[in-house]
Amino acid sequence: MTTQHTRAAGPSHKSVEAGVTTVIGLFGAIVVYGSIKAGINWGAEGPKAGFFPFYIGLFIIISSLINLWNTLREDNGSLFAEWGQLRQVFSVVIPTGIYVGVLPFIGLYVSSLIFIAWFMRWLGKYNWPIVAAISLGMPVVTYLIFERWFLVPLPKGPLEDLLGL
Amino acid sequence: MEEIANLFQGFAVALQPFNIAVMVLGIVLGVIIGVLPGLGGANGVAILLPLTFSMPPTSAIIMLSCIYWGALFGGAITSILFNIPGEPWSVATTFDGYPMAQQGKAAEALTAAFTSSFVGALFAVVMITLVAPLVAGFALRFGPAEKFAVYFLAFCSFVGLSKEPPFKTIAAMMIGFALAAVGLDSITGQLRLTFGSTELLNGFDFLIAVIGLFGLGEIFLTMEEGLRFQGGKAKIDLRVVLRTWMSLPQYWMTSLRSCVIGCWMGVTPAGATPASFMSYGIAKRVSKNGNNFGKGEIEGVIAPETAAHAAGTAALLPMLSLGVPGSPTAAVLLGGLLIWGLQPGPMLFVEQKEFVWGLIASMYLGNLVGLIIVLTCVPVFAAILRVPFSIIAPLILVLCAIGAYSVHNSTFDVVMMLVFGIIGYALKKCNYPLAPLVLAIVLGDKAEEAFRQSLLGSQGSLGIFFSNTLVSSIMILGLIALFWSVIQNGFTRLRTRTAAA
Repeated sequence: MTTQHTRAAGPSHKSVEAGVTTVIGLFGAIVVYGSIKAGINWGAEGPKAGFFPFYIGLFIIISSLINLWNTLREDNGSLFAEWGQLRQVFSVVIPTGIYVGVLPFIGLYVSSLIFIAWFMRWLGKYNWPIVAAISLGMPVVTYLIFERWFLVPLPKGPLEDLLGL
Repeated sequence: MEEIANLFQGFAVALQPFNIAVMVLGIVLGVIIGVLPGLGGANGVAILLPLTFSMPPTSAIIMLSCIYWGALFGGAITSILFNIPGEPWSVATTFDGYPMAQQGKAAEALTAAFTSSFVGALFAVVMITLVAPLVAGFALRFGPAEKFAVYFLAFCSFVGLSKEPPFKTIAAMMIGFALAAVGLDSITGQLRLTFGSTELLNGFDFLIAVIGLFGLGEIFLTMEEGLRFQGGKAKIDLRVVLRTWMSLPQYWMTSLRSCVIGCWMGVTPAGATPASFMSYGIAKRVSKNGNNFGKGEIEGVIAPETAAHAAGTAALLPMLSLGVPGSPTAAVLLGGLLIWGLQPGPMLFVEQKEFVWGLIASMYLGNLVGLIIVLTCVPVFAAILRVPFSIIAPLILVLCAIGAYSVHNSTFDVVMMLVFGIIGYALKKCNYPLAPLVLAIVLGDKAEEAFRQSLLGSQGSLGIFFSNTLVSSIMILGLIALFWSVIQNGFTRLRTRTAAA
């Protein structure tokens, strides 16, 4: 892949869509496999557990094959997205992944605080006072609304234990 | 006239001070959700659902349905003022709403949009009041085969009526059914498709799927466009409102037609988005000002808004009377009913009269309250859009995480939410519709149960679905819906051939 292109570059729509369709087809195959394991024919009390999902899986595979054929047949050369756009998307997906990953260990409040602060500082380029105000304010408001008023407990970590909340 | 008496009883429930308060709160939250990109009606309601766990069910459904009305109203604000549809069903409103705003007629456009939304909703609510009890009464006689036929009809309409390629709709729908099948099989009590994972024992919760697919997926999509996002100012004064109201009655025909289109599309689960496009398209073709459409014609705002709101409201009719939601948001409301321990469907009208009629009465009041709130508070809501996306986006993501966690108090669900978010982004980009996927997750178990029970009765013969006039007519309707686009193409070809000959 050459980077000197003046035109916007990126993965072609066709290849990504073919990939997505194939993954869906594989998912269908897994469903069929799992259904066969659960039993797809009739037992003592009627159809076994895998009876219905087996046909669902078959439908997924068949429709994916048709979709794949349609995708490969037509090619208008359009892009799935430009690399720059994909970078933007991943600049959110990856931190969200980290946020979701650490959430069980350090609690929702601390991880949200760091996540919001990171997002505003690096992607929004805000100065620290605004970043601090919003990233601290959100967990506090969340705490009041969810835990105090509506009595919905949220995951807590070591810091909350320390504060005795 | 038992219905009228029930309705008045419902008004007495809806007019309790606490219920009025949650109504106003719901509308305001809903408009904010409708205005913000990345937060739609379905996942807005899904995120806020846990807040209602501690409320009585009637107040809870009033609040959640009002969030829905608010979101329907809110979508119009951003479409008209900034050419940014806050919701998919407001896309058609931008065609004429935004040009009107550019010509300095934003206030007229907003007034027309809100008023038409109100008219559309009112029409649909009246229809629900009159028709829902009848449908529910009729549905009480349904056996498993008829139940399955109704699900069949609902899902076939998706395939036949959606803009997406039919096999993509089928694939998306079947993914939903497969996800619904994961976990404990309700009939045999056997585990299936879990592949030894304990997390999958309980299967996939559709609320998590909704939050991921519609919430996170939408944010990822918005990120492609970058972080630039700007709001503006707007104001409506009373004189403009009155002047616009004076001019609206001359478009009664457009309104009525849009109401009917909206109700029809709402009851069959095609939803508000196609309804708004269809209504706009027909209005453009029929209207004598048709050539001005797209250049700022007030009729071009009335038509899609009326239809979208009528469809959004009408989607609750099959949800309440048959237990088959007509839209993803209605599906989330249905999920709420199940969580509060209410079984949606015909029995609801018999066993939970106060709840049903309280909800229906709240639809009348909620839309009236909504109209007043949006007309008076437009400047405030427009200002929300001036908050940059790089602040809004992390806050919405955190809210999604909170919503996903609090459904079952499980951090695994938060991980699943992210997975669904990425899937939603990929599917949306590849033109797969998400609504049938979500509806299939909601209805999968019930549809399967009905299907297997019918087969049990018939010893495995599919003939049971055509065994009497009732079930076979529903099945045939479903087949017509399934092949609707093929039939339509055939008709067009036939007509052109006779025209040529």
